[in-house]
Amino acid sequence: MKESIALNRVARYVGSGVFIPIKSILTGQSGKEDFKNFLRKMLVPFASIVLFIGFWHLGAKTLYNIEAEYKITKALNEQGQAEADAVRACIASGAISCQPNTLPSPAQVWASFNTLLEDYYVIKANKQAFKEKTAVLNENRLAEGKAPITYTGRPSFVDQIFTSLKTVFAGFFLAMLIAVPIGIIIGLSKTLRSSFNWLIQIFKPVSPVVWLLLVFMIVKTLTKESNSDSAFIISFISVGLCSMWATLVNTAMGVSSVDKDYINVAKVLKLGPMQKIFKIILPSSLPLIFTGLRITLSVAWMVLIAIELLAQSPGLGSFVWEEFQNGAMDSNSKIIVAMFVIGLIGFLLDRIMLTVQNLISFNKND
Amino acid sequence: MAYLELKNICKTYGKGSDATEVLSNINLKIEEGEFVAIVGFTGSGKTTLVNLINGLIEPTSGEVLFKGKPVVGTGHERGVIFQNYSLLPWLTVGQNVYMAVKEAFPHEKKSVLNQMVKDYVGMVNLLPAINKRPKELSGGMRQRVAVARALAMKPEMIIMDEPLGALDALTRGNLQDEILKIWGKEKRTALLITNDVDEGIYMADKIIPLRPGPKATLGPEFKIDIGRPRDKTELNDNPNYKMTRNAIIEYLMDIGNDRKSVTQKEYSLPDLDPKNFVELL
Repeated sequence: MKESIALNRVARYVGSGVFIPIKSILTGQSGKEDFKNFLRKMLVPFASIVLFIGFWHLGAKTLYNIEAEYKITKALNEQGQAEADAVRACIASGAISCQPNTLPSPAQVWASFNTLLEDYYVIKANKQAFKEKTAVLNENRLAEGKAPITYTGRPSFVDQIFTSLKTVFAGFFLAMLIAVPIGIIIGLSKTLRSSFNWLIQIFKPVSPVVWLLLVFMIVKTLTKESNSDSAFIISFISVGLCSMWATLVNTAMGVSSVDKDYINVAKVLKLGPMQKIFKIILPSSLPLIFTGLRITLSVAWMVLIAIELLAQSPGLGSFVWEEFQNGAMDSNSKIIVAMFVIGLIGFLLDRIMLTVQNLISFNKND
Repeated sequence: MAYLELKNICKTYGKGSDATEVLSNINLKIEEGEFVAIVGFTGSGKTTLVNLINGLIEPTSGEVLFKGKPVVGTGHERGVIFQNYSLLPWLTVGQNVYMAVKEAFPHEKKSVLNQMVKDYVGMVNLLPAINKRPKELSGGMRQRVAVARALAMKPEMIIMDEPLGALDALTRGNLQDEILKIWGKEKRTALLITNDVDEGIYMADKIIPLRPGPKATLGPEFKIDIGRPRDKTELNDNPNYKMTRNAIIEYLMDIGNDRKSVTQKEYSLPDLDPKNFVELL
């Protein structure tokens, strides 16, 4: 009984209705209602995923055939029947050099995913070996006061994922640190709100690329050395500046629309101004602030890829760009792997924010 | 000298041609230790009157005097119980009352304050719920917390703005008894705003109707000559009760009827002739 209560609470906070039917089937308490819930929440989404992969496979196959036909016809027109037959044989044999370059099929994407995973293990082993090799050397260098030698090889896919995550969290916290205090100040004062409104409205729709260029100019002037860290700094500052507007607007709105009843309570209890802000206005506007933070995180993750691409920061964005420049057959499927990874991480980030929001918020009229 | 005195209070909302004079020439005197009830129709300006007394708004003209001195803003000596309870939903019952106690007695030690919180929450019989949030309580319990919070500041006068209006009749009866019991212990001055004549007669020493707005004024005072403690079940047999009740209800109904018969709004109908459909067919 206790376990099911705990599981229910977890499910409610995480916002997923999937757990409850599974739990009831596992504990053997299922009735007809629970079975229907199970079908609805588990089987149907699963079936839709299978359907999606099926359509993808068919689409990829069709495009493959179209591209293959085009290649063969081109060979036929330019070089004659013999060449066309050779191309046809080549394509049929599956040799990589003459494969049509188009939308990859699910199987190819899965193969690329495995390649990337192997590559990660290889690089991890390399890094480990490098560390052991230079351990003694680095100790000496540290003793002399010089910086240790670090691995300067190519980063693996998983490394790039971690770089992206680091950047997005750094940008998110920067956005939070800027937007929440300014939002509170603007929300409290009507004069400030109307005087700064134009500023917010003009800067809000600015594209992330423009922010990147601005930050690039400023940071390059301020830090005259161009080491790889400056790419990280430029990236996370741009991400923060792009995504902070949602939090700013929501915080200002939350603070300015505190329920009049609570303000009356503050007046009747004769709370000082600081107390009024921290004890009444902030707790009352927390739900809206959290909504803003959630939007900020999802916007940050979205603009991160574009910014990383341009700032040459070693993350998912630059991975996608490099693969695109490569143009090999493998690259297309790697890009699609990256797309799924990006989507999954975005989904997970949103779920985490939702869980935190559910934990913190209170329901006024429950 | 009256404890609370309102002298020629007028309150106007809006400016220029939009101005509505909600209250006009309100004169009221409340002595120390009295329990006064003001009865009125909904929308007659009862909440405006209460907010003028507790200092949340200021009169357009006239004076509000508390113990001879003009009222400037809110104060701990006038405790308020709101119509909507106004409990902070992110704090527990104990924390809500603690907040009030901390503001009223900023120099006391934490242990003293905690004991006060326990005392007052116990006085309204909510000790088992002291760590619950308002959303987990019923309406009657929330209102009792509001009563505890107002009383914990040890005010010299309690002002209640339709405190039991949002509750069902049975809970209302219970809470009326509880409020009277608490008032009886320390005999603070109390002002009750209500729209229920029976509630006013049951609880107060003096009941004053508020005529409906705009330009609302206070009607004549009706003294209630029923001994305390009052028993609800015996009240119906008390001749004084019946007399007072009939007098007040007659007064209120007369005003209501006057209002209905005398309306000075002019409606101008558009100048149209009805269409003759027979011709068109």
